[in-house]
Amino acid sequence: MRMDHEADIRLAGVGKTFGHGENAVRAIGDATLDMQRGDFISLLGPSGCGKTTLLRIIAGLERPSEGEILVRGRAVWDGAKRSTEATRPVSMMFQEARLFPWFTVAENVALPLRLRGVKKAEREARAHALCETVGLKGFEKMRPSALSGGMRQRASLARALITEPQVLLLDEPFGALDAMTRDTLNLELMSVCAQARVTTILVTHSITEAAFLSDRVVVLAARPARITEVVEMPFERPRTLDLQRKPAFQDILVRLRSSLTGGH
Amino acid sequence: MHTDRFFRIALPTATVIAFLLVWTLYVRTAEVSAFILPTPLQIVTAFIGLLGDAGVWRHALVTVTEAVSGFLIAVLLGICLGMAMARVRMLEWAFKPFIVCLQLIPKIALAPLFILWFGFGLESKIVIAAALAFFPVFSNALVAFRSVEPGDRDVFTMLQANPVQRFVMLDLPTALPVVLAGMEVAVVMSMIGAIVGEFIGGNEGLGYLAVAMLQELQVPGLFAVIVLLTLIGLTLYTLIAQLRGWLTPWHASAARGRSEA
Repeated sequence: MRMDHEADIRLAGVGKTFGHGENAVRAIGDATLDMQRGDFISLLGPSGCGKTTLLRIIAGLERPSEGEILVRGRAVWDGAKRSTEATRPVSMMFQEARLFPWFTVAENVALPLRLRGVKKAEREARAHALCETVGLKGFEKMRPSALSGGMRQRASLARALITEPQVLLLDEPFGALDAMTRDTLNLELMSVCAQARVTTILVTHSITEAAFLSDRVVVLAARPARITEVVEMPFERPRTLDLQRKPAFQDILVRLRSSLTGGH
Repeated sequence: MHTDRFFRIALPTATVIAFLLVWTLYVRTAEVSAFILPTPLQIVTAFIGLLGDAGVWRHALVTVTEAVSGFLIAVLLGICLGMAMARVRMLEWAFKPFIVCLQLIPKIALAPLFILWFGFGLESKIVIAAALAFFPVFSNALVAFRSVEPGDRDVFTMLQANPVQRFVMLDLPTALPVVLAGMEVAVVMSMIGAIVGEFIGGNEGLGYLAVAMLQELQVPGLFAVIVLLTLIGLTLYTLIAQLRGWLTPWHASAARGRSEA
């Protein structure tokens, strides 16, 4: 049993080094962080600061060189082995939508349920309901190639949500989209995460996006790769796009920018 | 749109008719002997005569049996080996140079050897057909099963897919279009293999019939056999192309092929 004061996600001294000896490259070092249930945090940093690597380590896609990651009290890495128990409540979205062309949109959304052995009728019903939620109604029977970039990421979001995850890992999922689509999807994402109290980690290099969506922003630096600062975002929820025009928000942006460049 | 469709049919038809006319004209004006080059009309007459001969169908069945058996063996071996080497690097290191060397041998030149080893019956021809058809399937399968993107694998890892699910829902559909493209080439190669085998030894099959026609100086009949072989080859190729459109409807080249048809 998990106790309530226990962190939902705990990183303890996580580090990753690629290569050996002289060629060794430190991708991330001594990352320590606690997240409570429903927290939304962003990993913000320049390219090459290891933020994607850190997210992949939490997801169990990359093995840490040292340190420990606990999701709801269970270790993600059991030595060299990825724990399917610990990662079961975790969903992930990638930079690309990663939909499979041999499945229709609805089949792509239902794929996680299919892999878990959920009966066809039930998974179809849930996929159709979720397609409606993310604004894909009427597109269910289409092939992913018929969708626009934004629509594909909606389908990808639906696929990530269909298992009702407790943890959502987002690797710049809307980075390649235009600003308007990006704002829309970010708002929808925020409401979904808040409603289901999903613990969310977002990797981004957009200061505005990080500040707008997060409870806390984890600022990372490159060379050596490390966490430099964790900044609280003191804004009420629910948030609207109006927030971005407020002076307090602008102040936070300035604060994050100076933290990023190390000049505060 | 409509004029496009008209020209797509009219132009190739016109090319074929022009070719046949020039051919006929040449044979008539240069007074070429029918023993050397018959006119298209003589070939058509011979072809109709050939279709009426019950013996021809027995020969055709033999050739098709050899080609299809060889093709199926090549597909089975090619996919299994290609897949195994795509998965296990050590296997590829161990065997791929060897297989590429084998491919560089002109296998047609080995055909007499296969006849020596496997006799004058169907077996030797099946082996030759399989030997010719193997490489296109194998090399395409090797590339195809390796072309699964790491990002797609990550999705299946996150979804806790077991190895069987991974294979059926990710590796197989990723590889299928490229494997089927290899099979389109292979089916034509297996036909060539069967015919070459029949040329060299044996007393059955359309390849044997062609040689027999030549020895009896029935040149229009020889051409008729070649026409029949072409039609059989085309049928087999079309079947595989259809299979490709049917198995991988999402694939762009399959979709293009359909809209053009």
